[in-house]
Amino acid sequence: MLAIAEVTPAWYLVLGSLLFTIGAVGLRVRRNPLVMFMCVELMLNAVTLTFVTFSRMLEDVHGQTVVVFVLVVAAAEVVVGLGIMVALLRKEPEATADDLTVLKG
Amino acid sequence: MGSLLALLSQPLDDAPTEIARVDVAWSALAPILFLIGGAMVLLLGDALTRLRSARGAYAIVATVSALAAAISALPLWSRIQDADRGPFSTLGEAVGVDGFSLFATFVICAAVVLGALLLDGWLRREGMEGPEPYVLTLLSASGGVMMASANDLIVMFLGLEILSIAVYVLAAMHLRKITSQEAGVKYFVLGAFASAFFLYGIAMTYGATGSTNLVDISAFLSTTVLTDSGLLLAGAALLLVGFAFKVAAVPFHFWTPDVYQGAPSPTVAWMASGVKVAGFAGLLRVFYLGFGSYQLDWQPIVYAIAAITMVAGSVLAIVQTDVRRMLAYSSINHAGFVLVGVQAASEQGVEAALFYLAAYTFMVAGSFGVITVITRRGDVGTGLDDLRGLSRDRPLLALTFALFLLAQAGVPLTSGFFAKFYVITAAVDAGSTWLAVIAMVSAVVAAFLYLRIIVSMYMTSDDELPESRSIPVPLGAGVALALSVVVTIGAGIFPGLLSDRAEDATPVLVREPDPDAVEAPPDPGIQPAP
Repeated sequence: MLAIAEVTPAWYLVLGSLLFTIGAVGLRVRRNPLVMFMCVELMLNAVTLTFVTFSRMLEDVHGQTVVVFVLVVAAAEVVVGLGIMVALLRKEPEATADDLTVLKG
Repeated sequence: MGSLLALLSQPLDDAPTEIARVDVAWSALAPILFLIGGAMVLLLGDALTRLRSARGAYAIVATVSALAAAISALPLWSRIQDADRGPFSTLGEAVGVDGFSLFATFVICAAVVLGALLLDGWLRREGMEGPEPYVLTLLSASGGVMMASANDLIVMFLGLEILSIAVYVLAAMHLRKITSQEAGVKYFVLGAFASAFFLYGIAMTYGATGSTNLVDISAFLSTTVLTDSGLLLAGAALLLVGFAFKVAAVPFHFWTPDVYQGAPSPTVAWMASGVKVAGFAGLLRVFYLGFGSYQLDWQPIVYAIAAITMVAGSVLAIVQTDVRRMLAYSSINHAGFVLVGVQAASEQGVEAALFYLAAYTFMVAGSFGVITVITRRGDVGTGLDDLRGLSRDRPLLALTFALFLLAQAGVPLTSGFFAKFYVITAAVDAGSTWLAVIAMVSAVVAAFLYLRIIVSMYMTSDDELPESRSIPVPLGAGVALALSVVVTIGAGIFPGLLSDRAEDATPVLVREPDPDAVEAPPDPGIQPAP
């Protein structure tokens, strides 16, 4: 019989770090630009979860206000990123990260 | 439904909850407001008036707003140097105004002026005239000033993102050039990656200290002994990764050569000067001030990063054949030198780092200014071979370029000599003799790189010379180059003019808007995370 462990805040911290790692590894491994964006979002949201958890642990509302700032920044970042990516894909349709090799040395 | 209506129709008996208000010292925010205001004027002016038809109007508006921002910081500077009043913080302690943040503001404004002047002629040559590049430069400068004066890690993060997002677009600005798009994408992906690390670092620091405010953090760390400092050190390490990426320190430098080579030349001038200053200002604020009591933990890491940055920057530069790529590696080498000042973690080290950043801003903006001018339409022609014959076609331009390169190499009578001299002195005084030795060796190796560029400009046998071509120097670029020459030589002959200012630019964390108040003890309600 498995004892059902109590869900402590530490679980959420671990979940946050796992999601962050998945995002970070995914960004380096995946070559599709859109999936790379999604990985960045995953990383940012993992941090958001960490902030909220710490906020709960410290009983301090400040950590939750941070989340709002992060959401705004993430939205702005994606808008600009997609814009840059669209400009690139117009010149080279179906480009992946492996095709970006004009600049090297 | 009925109960909801009843709830809504209930009169509000209780007094409304008091909303917390913060004091805003608008004069302290004036530099940021002038930069953002200038950007708004440009956008609105372009839409509503005939600004587009006036030649050079955009550059003039951008230059004037940057100068206004710098001038609005002058009264603050004299206020802070006044012994009775001193530094203060505003916006609920989220923004600190001290000599350090103002010095960085002045340098960032100077970088905006140089960048705007270079953009003017370049945009006309490329047929891309429009207000957007100036707007983005001004907005990213406002983010840089925000970073330099942030007393709260969240404000620091917002400043970093305002700075970076605008610069991603600047890098990808040249729509007809695939390399510019590629540079933009690479910069964006790696930049977003680094920003996420930075933010995770803030989260961990928050978890370990219970606050994101640098005043609270430093007060907490200097009065409390953490039983387990792992969380805090992990947070500090992640923050360092974020900063190291922005200032292009090894091993977070991979984007630098590609972006410097692919991005439009005048925007690289801004990237290498303003963005670097903002990154180092943030780094010093967080580590020297915020984590000051954990100096012994972060100093060795910065020591190691400084050493490999200087060595890798100078060695990798030698095998390059593109001038922009060479200067990218040289900028990595320079970042290492500034880190030498940072790792000293002393007042002297901070002064040396500030002097270095101010001097480097003019040297690198001047270098990329020359590159902006000598490239042909389409922003091409930056191979070493393309420099042949420059001394014949444009002797003065070649001489100017040679001066900036020699200054970067650290030749006496230029600002670069004293910049290197001060950081190395600070390192020796802080006991990092070996780092000083590595710095000097790397300076010698890097000198080879600069001499290689100079040789290709001057020493080509006549039969190898290409056909002579006319290289027009636009007025704006000419002014920017002249300004950079004056500062580079001026600070080389009278270094005191600049170093005295850097000496006054002490970074401090103060809690109270009232300058006479002493630093309050940390909030007893804060508990460290288990």
